Amino acid sequence: MTDVSVKMDAPFEQSLLDRSPVPTIGKEIARIDGPRKVSGAARYAAEHFPDGVVHGVLLRAPVGCGRITAVDATAALAMPGVLAVIRDERMIRNAGDFGGDAAPVQGVDEVAYFGQPIGLVVADSLERARAASLCVRVSFESAPGVFDMMAARDSALPPTDDIFGLFLIHTEQGDVERAAGEAKFLVDTIWETPSQNHAAMEPHASVAIWQEGRLTLHGSYQSPVVTRDQLATVMGLPPSQVRVLSPFVGGGFGGKLGVMPEAVAAAIAAQQLGRPVKVVMSRQQVFETTGRRPMTHQRVRLGANRDGRLTLVQHETITDQLEGEVFFEPAGLATHLLYAGENRMVDHKVVRTNKQLAVSMRAPGEAVGLLTLECAMDELAERLGLDPIELRLLNEPETHPEMDVPFSSRALVDCFRQGAARFGWETRNTRPGQMRDGDWLIGQGVAAAARGNLFGPSRVRATIQGDGRVLVETEMTDIGTGTYTILAQIAADLLGMPLEQVEVRLGDTNDPRSAGSGGSWGATTSGSALYAACAELRARLAAAAGVPVEAVTLANGVLTAPGISRPISELVGNGLSVEGATEPGESNQRFNQTSYGAHFCEVRVHAVTGEVRVLRWTSVFAAGRILNLQTAISQAIGGVVFGIGGALTEELVHDPRTGKIVNRDLGEYHVPAHADIPAIDIQFLEERDPVANPLHAKGVGELGVCGAGAAVANAVYNATGVRVRQFPITLDKLLPGLPPVAG
Amino acid sequence: MIAFDYIRPADETAALHAATERPGARFIAGGTNLLDLMKLGIERPRYLVDIGALDLREVTETSEGGLRIGALVTNAALAAHPLVRQRYPVLSQAILAGASGQLRNKATTGGNLLQRTRCYFFYDPASPCNKREPGAGCSAIGGFNRIMAILGTSAHCIASHPSDMAVAMRALDARVETRLPDGQTSSRTLEALYRLPGETPHVDHRLAPGELITAVVLPPPPAGRQSYRKVRDRASYAFALVSVAAVVSMREGRITEATLAFGGVGTMPWRNRKAEALLIGQAPSAALFERCADAVLAEATGHGGNDFKIPLLRRTLVASLAKLTGGEP
Repeated sequence: MTDVSVKMDAPFEQSLLDRSPVPTIGKEIARIDGPRKVSGAARYAAEHFPDGVVHGVLLRAPVGCGRITAVDATAALAMPGVLAVIRDERMIRNAGDFGGDAAPVQGVDEVAYFGQPIGLVVADSLERARAASLCVRVSFESAPGVFDMMAARDSALPPTDDIFGLFLIHTEQGDVERAAGEAKFLVDTIWETPSQNHAAMEPHASVAIWQEGRLTLHGSYQSPVVTRDQLATVMGLPPSQVRVLSPFVGGGFGGKLGVMPEAVAAAIAAQQLGRPVKVVMSRQQVFETTGRRPMTHQRVRLGANRDGRLTLVQHETITDQLEGEVFFEPAGLATHLLYAGENRMVDHKVVRTNKQLAVSMRAPGEAVGLLTLECAMDELAERLGLDPIELRLLNEPETHPEMDVPFSSRALVDCFRQGAARFGWETRNTRPGQMRDGDWLIGQGVAAAARGNLFGPSRVRATIQGDGRVLVETEMTDIGTGTYTILAQIAADLLGMPLEQVEVRLGDTNDPRSAGSGGSWGATTSGSALYAACAELRARLAAAAGVPVEAVTLANGVLTAPGISRPISELVGNGLSVEGATEPGESNQRFNQTSYGAHFCEVRVHAVTGEVRVLRWTSVFAAGRILNLQTAISQAIGGVVFGIGGALTEELVHDPRTGKIVNRDLGEYHVPAHADIPAIDIQFLEERDPVANPLHAKGVGELGVCGAGAAVANAVYNATGVRVRQFPITLDKLLPGLPPVAG
Repeated sequence: MIAFDYIRPADETAALHAATERPGARFIAGGTNLLDLMKLGIERPRYLVDIGALDLREVTETSEGGLRIGALVTNAALAAHPLVRQRYPVLSQAILAGASGQLRNKATTGGNLLQRTRCYFFYDPASPCNKREPGAGCSAIGGFNRIMAILGTSAHCIASHPSDMAVAMRALDARVETRLPDGQTSSRTLEALYRLPGETPHVDHRLAPGELITAVVLPPPPAGRQSYRKVRDRASYAFALVSVAAVVSMREGRITEATLAFGGVGTMPWRNRKAEALLIGQAPSAALFERCADAVLAEATGHGGNDFKIPLLRRTLVASLAKLTGGEP
């Protein structure tokens, strides 16, 4: 039951975080869960071994579109240790995604994409289940499918859903055609970005246990409560009968938001066999049967006057998705607000293809949309003869250029200025292809980062126990982001407790429901709910001490006020517990809330072979108050690495004949290796955003990837004079434009 | 993986005996490729003979002045061996350009030679593949074939050989020593070890059933400079798109000896003696290197997605030759 809540209808001018006498917030605090992770005490989903557990391996559809006509499991069932080959209509065909409690598309006969799960083989060991899965004979009828999005572009239609109003399908103002005709300088470009996989380190895994009609699932999920609700719907159970536990998650990036096929299969098998069932996806299955960032075809048209002021901002995106699914890649998200310009159009369309489900992946929209917009801005700057930063400063809007609302905080200009100084931008080579170091061509690039800041409902319970220790409980997850640590810091600072006295418990649907990890809002929503709970606890402590709360200072476990000093543990009896909550309010409509940044990149490109290596990196971000400098920097670095991968190496290849994912392992789907990444210099500007939430913080998790790839691409152009508009920029695309080899 | 029997014999005789006793037996050493393929159901041996206990871990100098490398010498140990680093830097460089530190610690010399292709379709039982299932068809032809071969291909298979180490060994004229089931020994070049896919791409090499690689013998170190240049999509942990192993010797401004081997482009580690012969007795020049590249690429065929390997190999070869014959030490 919620005791107190914070609703953001107006700016929250005074944050108690600015008043803690011994602050940990903002400092570089090492993860409090770190020792558990490095010692193995932190147990991930697949590391649960309940008594009698058996192992399931998913079966895959060997056809890209059609129908399974027969499954012959005779040979598999005759193998030692094999318990069952299960095909159940409740099994899910598409992965779940964020959002409501509806079941994902179910069924095991109709096939909409290659590799779709069509059953589960269960045996007494993983090895036996895997061997048996290879001996199941699957017969099918194939049907004509749409496997090549680029070839089917003409069939694109507007998306059917605007995803809770977060993704604008189409916006238009002014007259874009007229503006294009009248523009003194026009850049009209077509870009393609490929499908990508989240490639979290921990594969999707679930262990299902039934006890007295109740289902417990240990799973690797970003939002256990969404997974629980969807799983309950799938299984035909009330949510109260299902518990999902995800205390430790080895990366998600949007790939673990809704319920996934392995959880449903494990639950059904455990129910049928009357014993716990574990299903861990192989890496190939993660690539093939979860979700992907869809490919995009983007047109970016920018027009400017002679002085460099934008008159036209146009961004049209075609992306792909399975029939009947609502998510689409909103590549124009940041285009709405990044630059001024009178005539504007942002549009999205979807081609229905027979390819794996398209889902959110780190910064859906901006990650691929800024990749193209910020490259097009680079092209326009060159056309105008302007420094790319100067072009951006010239087009800095005072208010949201489409919605006539102010920005809650916007330090993009400062990010560019400070980044330029840190990086040494003014000494760069301005003429493409003219800087050389032996065999290597050297280039520099810059791009803006922007990512919308969201606020949603979240709940956290904070308890000061009788011994003075603090317990923080919420269903919120830590997917490698640092949630354990930042929640402990907030509680420690607001309740005047040393950090070691705070225990944080996460990822259990029995605890208060959170907003989950996704959309860069986990820290701010759960942190604000905790803030509300702690503020109420402060009031109750003050009341117990008989002093007004305004007069109270809490530090080192002691309450002090004029004339009084008492250990907090003496004021709480057997313990004080408060549940805090957040509610979105009018501030979401009255202000645009966005985190910003600027990336600076130096690359070298081998003049003979076209190999691209990133040499140097600086990013400067403004994302409100930074809660923990160390974990925020880690997030930012991770985002930049994502951006480098997106620019240079990552491409999920679909076979145009079947839609099948061709490169389904980490040997051939190339995420950057350590040797690809230089030292990455990250700076966060000092900023407070009272409009956003009581913490005055904005989202950080996805900001780093936004625009990072464009800085790389612009640097590659600067190095070589070759503009590649089909990502990733692999060396084969650069080769035709490289200088001849000197014998 | 499909159930199998396993034995770990103590010596070569027992290993050969075990392998001949059961048809279809496979030797296993580091297992860095075979185990993966077994988990995927692509290799399904019924009987594994683990040769890990055999005494094949030494690197010794031969009486001719070369090196004998035991088949079980790990890639990591071989790359770091002082005599390899001093006398055969092309081999050390090639090994270090391959795989990852962890894999190199586990992978062995003999196993590296016999690793199977990394063709995407070979690795997926749901894709037709003549190498995996004779007569099934080739998915790479007409499909995504960016990493496939341009030399030595057939209408049945265009899969490239993945090894870096074997490319350097081919440039060094290494010989592979084996023991046959009857106890006889044999020695052959890498060219004679491997075979082109032709109409039987499922057969990668010419070893007889039960024949065990015991060593790789390097002849005395060649005169001149050596280099291994690997071009790949990321800086580490990626197979070669193109690689060039080159050993070139000069005297009085003319090339006296040259051996060249290529990775990432052939269905086996590739060598072209005609192209090498063009260089002998010539003064280095851009035109000469281009003619050499012409000869290497004379029979190269792209398949769409890998067309770029043709100019990439040309450029990499020309640049490698220019470096090796240039003025700098």
